[in-house]
Amino acid sequence: MNNIIEVKNLSKNYRRYKKKEGLKGSIESLFKREYEEKIAVNQMNLSVSKGEFIGLIGPNGAGKTTFIKMLTGIIAPSAGEIDVLGFYPNDMKNAFKKQYAVVMGQKSQLFFELTLNDTLRLFKEIYEIPEEEYRESKNYFIELFGVKELMDVQVRTLSLGERMKMELIVALLHNPKILFLDEPTIGLDAVASKQIRKFLKEINEQRGTTILLTSHYMEDIKMLCKRTVVINHGTKIYDGNTEELFERYQRNKRIQVSFSQPTEVKLRHDYEVQIIEDTPYKKTYETDKVHAKDLLEGIMQYDPVDISVEEEEIGIIVERIYEEGCEHNA
Amino acid sequence: MKKYLSFFRLKFSMGLQYRAAALAGVITQFAWGAMKILMFCAFYKEDPSAFPMSLEATVNYVWLEQSTIALFMAWLMENEIFESIVSGNVAYELCRPINIYDMWFVRSMGNRYAKALLRCFPILFIAVCMPSPYGLTLPNNLEVWGLFSISMVMSSMVMIALCMIVYMSCFYTISSTGIRMIAMGVFEFFQGSIIPIPFFPEEMARVMEFLPFGSLQNVPFRIYSGDIKGMQILESMGVQLFWIVVLIIIGKFMCARAMRKICVQGG
Repeated sequence: MNNIIEVKNLSKNYRRYKKKEGLKGSIESLFKREYEEKIAVNQMNLSVSKGEFIGLIGPNGAGKTTFIKMLTGIIAPSAGEIDVLGFYPNDMKNAFKKQYAVVMGQKSQLFFELTLNDTLRLFKEIYEIPEEEYRESKNYFIELFGVKELMDVQVRTLSLGERMKMELIVALLHNPKILFLDEPTIGLDAVASKQIRKFLKEINEQRGTTILLTSHYMEDIKMLCKRTVVINHGTKIYDGNTEELFERYQRNKRIQVSFSQPTEVKLRHDYEVQIIEDTPYKKTYETDKVHAKDLLEGIMQYDPVDISVEEEEIGIIVERIYEEGCEHNA
Repeated sequence: MKKYLSFFRLKFSMGLQYRAAALAGVITQFAWGAMKILMFCAFYKEDPSAFPMSLEATVNYVWLEQSTIALFMAWLMENEIFESIVSGNVAYELCRPINIYDMWFVRSMGNRYAKALLRCFPILFIAVCMPSPYGLTLPNNLEVWGLFSISMVMSSMVMIALCMIVYMSCFYTISSTGIRMIAMGVFEFFQGSIIPIPFFPEEMARVMEFLPFGSLQNVPFRIYSGDIKGMQILESMGVQLFWIVVLIIIGKFMCARAMRKICVQGG
């Protein structure tokens, strides 16, 4: 079997406590608690083969984290089949735990009072890594992440970007087969997240680590993941090639032109054009990508000094994906 | 096993690195101990026969209590553990190939032992140098030293097992403050930190000795000063052993249940 993750009809329901409005509701709830069922993950299917780099996207509350927690075994599914590396994750066998790693961007698994050297040593013991393998992995990651000078520093003194590198090293030290990343670049600046992306790519390629990544930054997804899974309301709405996904929902182009003297542009068109900005020297239009060429030709007759053609903002595309997302299985 | 040892080492070495805190602790505990002893001396002067323990035994009790306070104080619980439970960081711990109960247990041990070791020697040294009847006397019997040491280790384990139950109960509440406050009060009163257990009315003292809290400082300190002798020592240590086993079983059971709850409710 080549698939290291195999999930069929996986569901997870939560119960959450409901309280009616105001003081009266509070008093009522003292005596009678009302709960409502919330479906966090609904009938998910997913197969992942070894060495893949998969992006998992969806709005807040879509069920991404719950899904990852089920894959790691932290929470038990309500229904469905799940198989990760041949284990049922929720059995939480040590043999299973030694084969994956999790990094959650909003949480830390480092000990703030320890230096990095001590932290790594501790994790070596926890994962029972043989001395030689430990030394080799450690050197590899120190080299890769360029953190040699940081090894004798207490974790609490690290910047967020440095800390995230350390989180990754600690997670990867035992050479896991699968790495689950839950928003690893959250809060990082552009340079740091770019670096993190570079390392992840290298680890995926060099070590063959299968990586499952959730992120709200589409840059991460576009640059790293060949395959993307979109979930919303606990249901998978897209599973397939990342480029195709963005291509499909990338509908409009934005054309911006400027002129050396005040110009009035009158365009004739039988397709829809949105005028976003119209000043004497500068104009911005948006139109369907199919008609962008026609529109541009029309504008060229007015002899602009500068033209730029841009793709839609990624946020708009993502919004569209989440809103319209249709079932599509590649 | 080795991984738990490294958690112990880790916490132990962390506990040793705070010199200023240790110095402050030594001064506070010394002053507190001196005050308590002066108070007891005043009472004893009135009528020594009215007390269930000799003055010497009581003074020894106070010095031992003050010097090893890090082992038996409920407020010395691990904030990191409470935080990880309340914030849900504990989910991370579940992903590691390690038993949470065992790990937290050895961590607490490392922490308490380091703090106690760092603080006890200066206090004990000064206490030994103090003139009679205010000073700490040394038993001249090797057997007593041996039993005292074993009982000390056992009582610290009872303490940690009790704290583990406190940690575990935090899985069921949103904030840990209430439970901690109650634990502090109960532990302090029932283990004889305010006044030694023999000072309570006889029937009450009898009951208190059999509570888990009676297996804390009460046993080793009274062995040390000869207040418990002969067969009584073995009996008390038997009770200690009983509580270690029972409390660890309860704690582990609560831990397993809490983990299951996380699994179902999603942390």
